Amino acid sequence: MSKPLAVQASPSLASTQTLSGLPLEESYGPEHLASAGAERPGEFPYTRGIHRSMYRGKLWTMRQFSGFSTPEETNRRYRYLLSQGQTGLSVAFDLPTLMGYDADHPASLGEVGKCGVPISSLEDMETVFDAIPLGDVSVSMTINSSAPVAWCMYLAAAEKQGVPWARLNGTLQNDILKEYIAQKEYIYPPRPSMRLVTDVLEYATRHVPKYNPVSISGYHIREAGSTAVQELAFTLRDGIEYVEWALARGLDVDDFAPRLSFFFNAHNDFFEEIAKYRAARKIWAHVMRERFGAKDERSLKLRFHSQTAGCSLTWQQPYNNIVRTAIQALAAVLGGTQSLHTNSLDEAYALPSEQAVTIALRTQQIIAHESGVPSVADPLGGSYFVEELTHKIEQAALDYIRRIDDMGGMIPAIECGFPQSEIADASYRYQQEQERGDRVTVGVNRFTEQQEQPLEILQIDESAEQKQVEKLTRLRARRDNACVTEALQTLRTAAAGDANTIPAMLDCVRAYATTGEICEALRDVFGSWQETSVL
Amino acid sequence: MSSNAVYNKTTSMDKRIRVLVAKPGLDGHDRGAKVIARALRDAGMEVIYTGLRQTPEMIVNAALQEDVQVIGVSILSGAHNAIVPRVLDLLREKDMTDVLLIVGGTIPDTDAVRLKQQGVAAVFQPGASLEQVIEFIRSSVKQPA
Repeated sequence: MSKPLAVQASPSLASTQTLSGLPLEESYGPEHLASAGAERPGEFPYTRGIHRSMYRGKLWTMRQFSGFSTPEETNRRYRYLLSQGQTGLSVAFDLPTLMGYDADHPASLGEVGKCGVPISSLEDMETVFDAIPLGDVSVSMTINSSAPVAWCMYLAAAEKQGVPWARLNGTLQNDILKEYIAQKEYIYPPRPSMRLVTDVLEYATRHVPKYNPVSISGYHIREAGSTAVQELAFTLRDGIEYVEWALARGLDVDDFAPRLSFFFNAHNDFFEEIAKYRAARKIWAHVMRERFGAKDERSLKLRFHSQTAGCSLTWQQPYNNIVRTAIQALAAVLGGTQSLHTNSLDEAYALPSEQAVTIALRTQQIIAHESGVPSVADPLGGSYFVEELTHKIEQAALDYIRRIDDMGGMIPAIECGFPQSEIADASYRYQQEQERGDRVTVGVNRFTEQQEQPLEILQIDESAEQKQVEKLTRLRARRDNACVTEALQTLRTAAAGDANTIPAMLDCVRAYATTGEICEALRDVFGSWQETSVL
Repeated sequence: MSSNAVYNKTTSMDKRIRVLVAKPGLDGHDRGAKVIARALRDAGMEVIYTGLRQTPEMIVNAALQEDVQVIGVSILSGAHNAIVPRVLDLLREKDMTDVLLIVGGTIPDTDAVRLKQQGVAAVFQPGASLEQVIEFIRSSVKQPA
């Protein structure tokens, strides 16, 4: 007879606080509804969602962020995603492009095509969207310090396809403040960078009216280790900064505010995330109406994209990541997201394989079409717990926003390292909780396995870099270099003065000036930025 | 790097392990590097953090000036195969092969094996614990008697 198994009693693992450290009660009751409004979804302050019927009218956009290797490879992946039922595109650029370097710059060594697609010139942008009609597909571009350049290339690529700019529908991330705060892909100092953001915003408002020129992003703040409250507060305060700069430019708030959009993380703590999205809408509606005097209802409605939390994915037992992602995605949908990226199970290893990205897309399709969740707007509205948590998060975020106001706004706050050190503290605390076992991560510090299953991962062709370098060499030989030099000089002059830089930048791009050349011209005028590291 | 760090060099009587935490390449994702730097400091080590966007030359020069026993580089961009061998070459050129080079980040298994063959002391992949990193450094650094 075999020895009986030692069966462990199921331990109590329930936490007494949220992932971000907000205290939790054992249960909630009618007394917690005091702060909840009586409004329906689609009514001010839109805590319950920006549309009356939410997903009955239109499902969220399923938009998987992707880009790698070369423009040709990336174009193939985009056609594949569209053929599988994806409804929007989202371009991931490689690090050289994000930092304003061409593929043949020494700093680009080893980085070309690794984290995204290299776009060194209009030629690359044309290739990425080859046979993809830009008037019909909405395209999101995740790029910030070099965003104006990429955007000009996109506008020029649309011209080449014969698509009028008035039909272009999409989003440029163009959120430089969170780069200084969290993701650290900055080129120029904060003030000239803010001027470029505002140039894009102004030009889009006047010439590309359906396009979202800024996506104010908390995603990267959260991935850098912030709490949910910090993510919300810093993001909304960044939004306030962009509005102030646009108003100072002379734009009318209701002319541009309806095109501002947001981007949030969908992390592990299910109810905390839902409450975060609800609080975000409520705070923004009040800020726009009361602080900025917006009158157009569309200016008051916070629209957002969400992405499941990359930092929550584990290297160990990677198939568990499918489950994590599904729960996070469900929170985003219950929180009323307008578009969603679900991470692939292999993202702790590499960029996603085609199989992994397909499962991630199917996860969204299952939530959309099988779960029944999208049928009713804000189904958790009126929940004692969710309403109280929404209120708690709102209050905590408002407190941060007031502190940053007192510092003189987000730029002085960044310059003295305030958000950076708040995030560094939170991320260290998070890691220590994990190390102590206070926070359970299945497969990492509990329920571990000796043997890991090997995973098929996407290998980036190391020859991509060489191909891009050769392509650039041919381009530089073929184009009218006198025209390029002149266009770049005109851009320097515009940058040194007060004029909007976009028309000059468009001319550079049309002359096939490269990303590196354009950013170099702006570096000549603006200088570059070095942060003081906050540990 | 502050000038204070250079002027206040520790003496050979100071037994604290000196570590340079470095972020090479264009990648700005510094959460891991910062958490590791704090954890090593809390474990009693002397930690110098380079900040972002260091070339292999800058990293090896800083390691030389700061007289560290360990260099920890954090790479999440996939550029490790181009960057790490260059750091190893420079360490050999400058006769600094006694400095332990450890790498952390999203490094696939096959690359981790190759980097170790080339001379990297350890590769810590996602999910490695702070304790493992601290223990590895403590047990691998040869302390003066």
